[in-house]
Amino acid sequence: MKDSYDNPDERNLLDHTRQGVIGQPLDRPDGPLKVSGQAPYAAEYDRPDCAEGVLVGATISKGRVRAINRDAVLGMPGVLAVFSAPEMLRRAAQGGAGEAPMQDVRQVEFPLQPVALVVAETFEQATHAAKALKIDYDDQTGKAVLMPSPDKAEPAKDPVESGDLDAALKDAAHVVDVTYTTPGHASAAMEPHAAIAEWDGDRLTLHGSLQMVKYNVKELADSVDIPPENVRIVSAYVGGGFGSKLGISHEAVAAAVASRQLGRPVRVVMTRQQVFQAVMRRSETVQHIRLGADADGRLSALGHEAFVSNLPEESFSEPVLQATEFLYGGENRRLALNISRINRLTAGSVRAPGEAVGMPALEAAMDELAVALHLDPVELRKRNVPDEVPGQGKPYSSRKLVEALDAGARAFGWDRRMPLPCQRREGEWWIGMGMASAARVNILAKAEARVTLRADGTVLVETDQTDIGTGSYAILGQIAAEMLGQPIDRTTVHLGDSLFPQGAGSGGSWAASSTGSAVFRACEEIRAELARGLNCAPDDLQLRDGMVWVEGGEPRPVTDLMDGDIARVGRIEPGELMEKVKQATYGAFFCEVAVNAFTGETRVRRMTGAFGFGRVLNAKTARSQCLGGMVWGIGMALTEELQFDDRDGHLTNHDLAEYHVPVHRDIPEMEVLLIEERDAAASPLQAKGVGELGICGAAGAVANAIYNACGVRLRDFPMTPDKLLAELPDPFAGPT
Amino acid sequence: MKAFDYARAASLSDAVGAPACLIAGGTNLLDLMKLEVETPSALMDITRIGLNEITAEGDGLRIGALVTNAACAADPQVRQGWPLLSRAILAGASPQLRNKATTAGNLCQRTRCSYFMDNRSACNKRRPGSGCAALGGINRNHAILGTSDACIATYPGDMAVALAALDAQVKIEGPGGSRRIPLREFHRLPGDDPSRDNVLQPGEVITSVLLPAPVEGRQIYRKVRDRASYAFALVSVAAVLRIEDGTIVQAQLAFGSIAHKPWTDPRVDTLLVGERPSKALFDKAADLLLEGAQGQGGNDFKIPLARRTLAAVLAEATAE
Amino acid sequence: MAQTPAARIAVNGVSHDYKGDPRRSLLDFLRRDFGLTGTKKGCDHGQCGACTVMVNGRRINSCLTLAVMHDGDEVTTIEGLGMPDSLSALQKAFVSHDGFQCGYCTPGQICSAAAMIEEIREGWPSFVSVDVAGHARLDDEEIRERMSGNLCRCGAYANILAAIKEVMESGATS
Repeated sequence: MKDSYDNPDERNLLDHTRQGVIGQPLDRPDGPLKVSGQAPYAAEYDRPDCAEGVLVGATISKGRVRAINRDAVLGMPGVLAVFSAPEMLRRAAQGGAGEAPMQDVRQVEFPLQPVALVVAETFEQATHAAKALKIDYDDQTGKAVLMPSPDKAEPAKDPVESGDLDAALKDAAHVVDVTYTTPGHASAAMEPHAAIAEWDGDRLTLHGSLQMVKYNVKELADSVDIPPENVRIVSAYVGGGFGSKLGISHEAVAAAVASRQLGRPVRVVMTRQQVFQAVMRRSETVQHIRLGADADGRLSALGHEAFVSNLPEESFSEPVLQATEFLYGGENRRLALNISRINRLTAGSVRAPGEAVGMPALEAAMDELAVALHLDPVELRKRNVPDEVPGQGKPYSSRKLVEALDAGARAFGWDRRMPLPCQRREGEWWIGMGMASAARVNILAKAEARVTLRADGTVLVETDQTDIGTGSYAILGQIAAEMLGQPIDRTTVHLGDSLFPQGAGSGGSWAASSTGSAVFRACEEIRAELARGLNCAPDDLQLRDGMVWVEGGEPRPVTDLMDGDIARVGRIEPGELMEKVKQATYGAFFCEVAVNAFTGETRVRRMTGAFGFGRVLNAKTARSQCLGGMVWGIGMALTEELQFDDRDGHLTNHDLAEYHVPVHRDIPEMEVLLIEERDAAASPLQAKGVGELGICGAAGAVANAIYNACGVRLRDFPMTPDKLLAELPDPFAGPT
Repeated sequence: MKAFDYARAASLSDAVGAPACLIAGGTNLLDLMKLEVETPSALMDITRIGLNEITAEGDGLRIGALVTNAACAADPQVRQGWPLLSRAILAGASPQLRNKATTAGNLCQRTRCSYFMDNRSACNKRRPGSGCAALGGINRNHAILGTSDACIATYPGDMAVALAALDAQVKIEGPGGSRRIPLREFHRLPGDDPSRDNVLQPGEVITSVLLPAPVEGRQIYRKVRDRASYAFALVSVAAVLRIEDGTIVQAQLAFGSIAHKPWTDPRVDTLLVGERPSKALFDKAADLLLEGAQGQGGNDFKIPLARRTLAAVLAEATAE
Repeated sequence: MAQTPAARIAVNGVSHDYKGDPRRSLLDFLRRDFGLTGTKKGCDHGQCGACTVMVNGRRINSCLTLAVMHDGDEVTTIEGLGMPDSLSALQKAFVSHDGFQCGYCTPGQICSAAAMIEEIREGWPSFVSVDVAGHARLDDEEIRERMSGNLCRCGAYANILAAIKEVMESGATS
């Protein structure tokens, strides 16, 4: 079998297998360990004689370290060493880099950039010494770019231009021409970045909190200049990543450098503040959106031009327009992404890069168009579902947008929405409803996994794939159990160790379909081996509860066909299908909000999401992914914002008290509908990704509900009370 | 955290006049010590000296300095007679923090100004004479009343706002004896010495808070914040209002997160008394309250927000 | 420096004399000295709740308290509530309702919920109680408010609520 996935696998084999575990809402196998605190995260491995390292951030915004005054600190109790080595990272690696990111930690490019590591016997000693360390700088803060400057943006790379946007807008019956802005966001995973490094000769073992082990091995090896085969990374449990742990960052290389020098294990855990200040941010965006439609609401013109920022020489730019390209029609279009350079921490992937911020803006603009048209927002979307990707002539693979819009509207009770704002008031609160489409590109990534059907009939799955909360432990076991006809409790999954075959890693929602497909293919090879024993075609093989048979034949224990373990490595790579058809996941959000007529506080009262993402591998974990995305959407809509002081560029809300991720009470009753779908173009599992879809547009639904509630159309996320206040109607006036 | 000597006080007399920083709940002090904003060389643990009871005193109540916020909010007497106090405490922080934070510690809670909490920044409160980085900086959380050129920080707590509305008193034991001052005079305005948050003198220890007899009427604590919970106030209003025959006969208001102290303005209380509630009256009260209000850019919105929150509270308190 | 007084701390019923650096937080004491890493460090500043444990039955942030201050105290951590082969009702409910994803906030959520159930049993009010002097209704809003000191970035809140409700309604001991 070719590794690349070039032709749709329409056998839908998992619909014909007999075990009946695929798709089932099974509990996570890692659950009992996690709820009892027994799942070890990176910093929690007990290494004898482990020293503690604490990073030190630069007090300038740009410049160079001139001197590190080590001596005063080295005399402090317990302090072992101070490092500011050229190998240490000044920037975190982008996802999939596979090589060392920017090194030479003495070159300062943004405020609080790590420039040194203090190592001591205890955490308390190291922490105080790190605070006490005095560093002299060649301070070039005056030359730093401290504010985003869209006017100095580089020319857009590969803008999409088709037809004549300006002319189409002039001819359109209805035009929306608006600018939306979103602030920077933080991943804010609950587990701070952490690493324990230890050397055995020239071999390095790192317990890290990382999302994509196969790339991280190369990044780390390159950083400390050893061959990748000399690096072992263990990342068995990851306390959330959301993009921030795609590539290695400062703590991993600092720990490795210190451990090599000191000849003992070194643990480095970033402080919460350092994670905010130094690792990775989502860029702020300015989005100019122009929509032109005929009297029936059919789009003829679509302009979406976005401005984002990043450090010089970073190749990543928040792909704001990723879904705009294919979601709706509008033959005359201009899509352009412009980046300017700034001395702020690296901009990189934060959950659903692109669609997370592009979709809410587009969906809010669509809401404005629906208002202009006096058309139901759901209907407006349905009228603009294109037959092929506009301007590309490319067909879509399976697409459940309309089904999700209809199912979501029905479940939510969308028909009870007041068409005009300021119609519903309960006490101090304006009540309104809003909706938005969801869309997210789907990606199949190269992946390998080993499956072993052991002589005793138990199943073992091994891959360096990580589970960052996504459910990899659950779904990879379910695929193997289903394919090999074994009960789930006879299936074991080992993840996150670079000694195992290379999975896809956790990013871009691709883990389940990619590494899952590798597991599927390994199982197919094992099935072929078993089929040879029964002289039948592999797809005629019937397997359940450890028994094997062909239709009409007598079941017998599968172990009867085996001489010992059967181990196979399955592989998959993206193939022609990635190019030939547009693969994406779709859905719809509906929400009801209450806006306080006096104070401008907004509370989401309930939310429904309907999503189609191909085959559901585990209905419980998939639903949880959708719920999580919607929570992020509420955070984006109402509270989350990185606040930088433009005078020196430092981040002022660098902790969880002031960077407001939603708390329990911000999150209302939520409903998730999983739309039945098989997308054979996406993967042999007919599955697509679901880790990010739930955020892609969600904040737009909240914004639209705010408008429907109180008539205030804010175009600047998050929609905090201060912004709403200025435009709220007289609180003592009732509904209009 | 800078190293320190740790000692345990066995009684109040160990603590009074001790050349050490007192620690009880520690929720604010340790937070700041980890940031090295606070760097005491000696800590005295006062959690074993009693002062952790709530007892009746006349028609009022004595709340021991070391009563935890959680215990105070859950106390049946407090809930019955001074529900405003319970509500305000419950509006603050999280259940975990309230289980540690104490009555006296909460009164001494320091500002959440991000420049105060960042040793790199100029801050007259942390390093007198260094300037105020919040002026011209990110000052969304900052004060609009009673500020000075030296400091625009706020007192961030909730409990003290309710205590100000209730006209509580603070009992203090010092090396030279004890004194009792109105809560409304406990916190200071920054003036030209923002390093001092309150009027405690070196060596003095708060021993209790005294609540006067319960006030009839409605007690409301309204906290406006970005998150629905576990967030500091943008503006808060504590109100005790008594209405008779459609007329306001008693009004005691206090405002949080708009000044360096729980803000009270007796003129506003006086204005309301004797009047029938109306939108026009609420506007007049807000005009008076915010007469000298001064925004700093990022917090300009607090002026209309305080006005509207006051209106909401007065409307709620005077509703039929 | 003066001699630091020792602290005898009972953790899940096992006593330990702590005589070390007075700067050590209860959290770091549990994770380092006691080897109980079930209690998590998410922010180290009382802003996330991942370090929640019970001290003498009450939930606190173990990051914002010094180990040395806990002489004579009884600490209950997630390990004391139940291990994989002896999960408590709450722990089981978190598994069956998928009340977690990455799992890092989870021990804190569970310890917090266990203590919350006891607080409700004792009649403690919350900010959303209609009448702080009266009996708390056990509705969803009450639980959400009372659990708001525990952040979950994966966004498992709806499932956490379902898990807690199931346990409260069943009357099982947490």
